[in-house]
This record gives sequence, structure tokens and C-alpha cells, in this order.
Amino acid sequence: MQKENTPQLKAQAREFNFFYGPVQALKNINMPIYDKKVTALIGPSGCGKSTYLRSFNRMHDLYPGNRYEGEIRFYPDNTNLLSPEVDPIEVRMRVGMVFQKPNPFPKTIYENVAYGLRVRGEKNRRVLDDKVEQALKGAAIWDEVKDRLQDLAPNLSGGQQQRLCIARALATDPELLLFDEPTSALDPIATGAIEELVHELKQRVTILIVTHNMQQAARVSDYTAYMYLGEMIEFGKTDDIFIKPQDKRTEDYITGRMG
Amino acid sequence: MQAMDTQQTRALIARGKLKDTLFAALGIICLGIGLLVIFALVADMVIKGSERLNLDFFMNFASRRAAQAGILSAWVGSLLVMLVTAAAAVPLGVAAGLYLEEYARRNLITEIIEINITNLAAVPSIVYGLLALGIFVYTFGFGQSILSAGLTLALLILPIVIVATREAIRAIPAMIREGSMAVGATRWQTCRYHIVPYAMPGILTGVIIGMARAIGETAPIITIGALTFIAFLPPAPLTTMNDGATAGLFDWVMSPFTVMPIQIFNWTSRPDPAFEVNAAAAGFVLMAMVLTMNGVAIWLRYRLRKNIKW
Repeated sequence: MQKENTPQLKAQAREFNFFYGPVQALKNINMPIYDKKVTALIGPSGCGKSTYLRSFNRMHDLYPGNRYEGEIRFYPDNTNLLSPEVDPIEVRMRVGMVFQKPNPFPKTIYENVAYGLRVRGEKNRRVLDDKVEQALKGAAIWDEVKDRLQDLAPNLSGGQQQRLCIARALATDPELLLFDEPTSALDPIATGAIEELVHELKQRVTILIVTHNMQQAARVSDYTAYMYLGEMIEFGKTDDIFIKPQDKRTEDYITGRMG
Repeated sequence: MQAMDTQQTRALIARGKLKDTLFAALGIICLGIGLLVIFALVADMVIKGSERLNLDFFMNFASRRAAQAGILSAWVGSLLVMLVTAAAAVPLGVAAGLYLEEYARRNLITEIIEINITNLAAVPSIVYGLLALGIFVYTFGFGQSILSAGLTLALLILPIVIVATREAIRAIPAMIREGSMAVGATRWQTCRYHIVPYAMPGILTGVIIGMARAIGETAPIITIGALTFIAFLPPAPLTTMNDGATAGLFDWVMSPFTVMPIQIFNWTSRPDPAFEVNAAAAGFVLMAMVLTMNGVAIWLRYRLRKNIKW
């Protein structure tokens, strides 16, 4: 018997291929992303999980020679995120991202969070103040920084910087939030704080997270996809993937025999 | 193979360290030669020119009598020419560098442009003078004015500004650019809020170093026909000129002028040895101007970089 109803789709990759110039990095990926759930991408280094993640906000468009094939459907409006007719900036306005290494701008804490709103033309001081506060609260860092919003962001600790980057992404109310190994540069305590945050955030936003840490995938995600050599080997509920993987390769990776 | 005993190890280290010491000594000697030459030059100028280094020297126009001649028109001319140079070279150079780094697609055409910019920095300055004589002085009809000189020197330092801009932009980590683009910013917004402000210390340093080179340039200024003897200042904005009319805000850019290196050249080429003293004093002033500019560059870089880290 199922504990929950089948969740709604937020996005779906269909026959998705990706090329770095002549090199095919992703092969025929088909995978659903469910609304207000955390989906983890795991797999050994170089398996294409970050490449896949960065396709969701068209980060690859920043560099020449990259090519998408197939589609990533985004719901409820059924937009193909990869379509050449869809402006990558429009995609990035709907899909937020948190990077591997905290990358706050060398500006004040306030300006870091307000940046996404400024880019959207928001000038009203009261609206900005309010949204900055909401975002910082959402990223569980408000209490630590509320008295020093005008301090420079790079002076924060690594864990605080990463939560600030999450606040920066939250400030513009994204529908999907991408995490690219968000804790790989952090100590265990800061990692714990981020994981807890991911758990809370799924109340309001769909999350796709790349991690090289399987325990982390098991702790934070509802669904897990195992990738290997640019292919999606297995996708399923996290419990199923970790307890009874269907594919031998997934089992080898999870039990530590490979990767 | 048997492991070395302690004696052998120590002997080996001692031999290695001897070479360290020898090279360090050689390095200090080489450095000393360079510094000594510069120091001797400056000291020579100061000693020779010291009797003329007083306020009158700065406030007097050129004169037939060495003791009364001053550098008023020369330093004012240099300053104004530098103003025009900066106003022209900074926007052009920064925009060009920004375009090449942030917008241009990597292809054969940008490759060719890049190689050419590097080569432009090596073009002899007299060639810029010839070009400017044809284009600014005659074709555009700017005449032998501060405007012509400023634009000529702007061309001369444009490659320096472009290269400095590009290097400063390249020093900004890709993750900052990606962080900006990821929240939905356009390229222009990324440039305006991030790339240009963060590159500014490097750009300013490049600009000032370029200007320090330009202020000492003589050949292109002579080519476009700067005067060597001039006993008046360009009209200051909104003052009454000799003919009774009021000077406009930018009338000074069309005025004839002279600059420091030309004044020095003029004095050294006179037969009367008394003018050599003037030349030495003016040389010292020019040197001080260049060193001040470099000092400002270092200070600005330090100040602005303090708040930029990633």
C-alpha cells in the first residue's frame, strides 16, 4: 500500500542528450522531477550529474560549443526548457541555483540577496527590505546576520556564505532549486545545517540536488537517480534505490564496491 | 641502494645552499645596477636644477632669459592634454576590453583583433603622430590643439587600457559570473553590477600606467605641431579672453599648447648653458609627476581591492 498519492510532475527529461562540442556527455536521459520533492542525483565523478543539473537552468549556454538534444518539459505550463525559442534568462528566472563552492558577490549581505530582485527591476525600498528578510529567514540565516546586513558577504563563514547563496536564490521565488554539491566545501556542522534547510525548503520549492555523498542523498531526498557514464541507470524512491536497487551497477556503487 | 648517512646529507644540503646564496648575491647586484642608474639620473637632475626649483619656476612662462624662464604653460598643457587623453581612452578602452571578454564569440576575427591590439602597443609613437597629423589636425580640422594632442596620446595608450581591462576581467572567477547569470541577469546587468566594478582596480592601474607613459611622450606631440615657445595659457572656462569675449566651457581644447617634454627638449637644444639648469629642473618635475601617478595607481589598487575578495 502506498503511503502517499502519486505526486505531481514539476519537470520531465525526455530523450535528453547533451554534447560538449563533439563529445556526448549525456545519453538519452528520461526522468521525472516531482513537485515539492527532493530529487538526488548520485554517481561517480564524471558521470554527468552536474552537467545534467546545469542543463535545467541553461548554464551551458554561457559557453560556446555546447548542444542540447531532446527536451526537459517544465510544468504546469509544459515549456521545453531546452528549446532554442525559450530564452535562457527566462529559464533562470524560474529555476534558481546554488553552487558547489559558496560564491557570494563581494558586496554587502543585503545586496547579495537583493540582487535577483534588482535584476527584475524592483526599486521599491520597502519591498526589497521585506523580500530580503523573508529570503534570509527562509535560508535560516536571518538571526545570524540581521544586525549586520551592510557587512561584506565574503567575511561570513563558509557555511553562512552558502546559506546566503541559498537566500539569494530564494529571494526571487524560484519554482525549482538546483543544488550542485552544495556541501562539498563545508565542514560537518555546516553540512548538517544545509541538509536540514533542504528538508524544510521542500515545503515550498522543488529541489534537485547533486551529491557525491550517498548518506546525504539518503538523508535528504525523496527520489534518487543513479547516473553512470552519462546514462541514467536507475531512478526511483530513495528508499527503494538504497534498500533494493534493481540494477547491478547501482548496487555496486551504493555498497561501495565501485566509484 | 644504501641510505645516505647524516654527514653526506649535510654536505649535500650545504652545496645546494651555497648556490642559493650565490644566486641571491647575483640578483642583488643586478637589481643594484638598475636602481643605481635611476638614482644617479634623478640625483644629477636635482643637483643641477635645484637652484631653479622654486615657486617662480612653476608660475613663469618661457622666456629668452634662462633665469626668468618657467614651466607654467608646459605643466598646465601637460595636465590638460592628460585630461583629454583620459576622457577619450578610458571609455573606449574599457568598452573594447569588456566587449572582447564578455560578448565576443571566440572565432578567427576576434583572434585577429586580439593579435592586432597586442601589436598596436608596440607601434612606435612617432607613427601615431603621423596618423594624428593627417586625421585629427587636417581631416577633422582640430588644428595644433590640446584636443589633437589628447586624442593622439589616447590612441597611443588605448592598447594598454584594453589589455589591462581584459586582464582585470579575466581575474574575476567564473563562479561570480555564473552566480549572477543564475538569478536571471542579462550579460549587461552582469557587467554593470559585477564585472566592471570588480575589474575597476585593475583598469585604473592600467589607465594610470598608460597615462604615465603618455605624459612623457614627445615625438607624436612634436609631429602634430605643438609650439615650443608659448607665453599664454589656454582660456579657462567662462573667463574673459583678450578680445573681450567670454570663453566657452570647452574653448580650451582648441587652444595651442606646449607640454613638459617639449619644453625640456627646447631648453636642452639651446646654446646657452644656463638653460641646461632649467631643463634639469623641468626634468625633475616631470619625473615627479610620473612617480606621483604611479604612486596613486598603487594606492588606488590597494584601496579598491580591500573590499573585493572571493
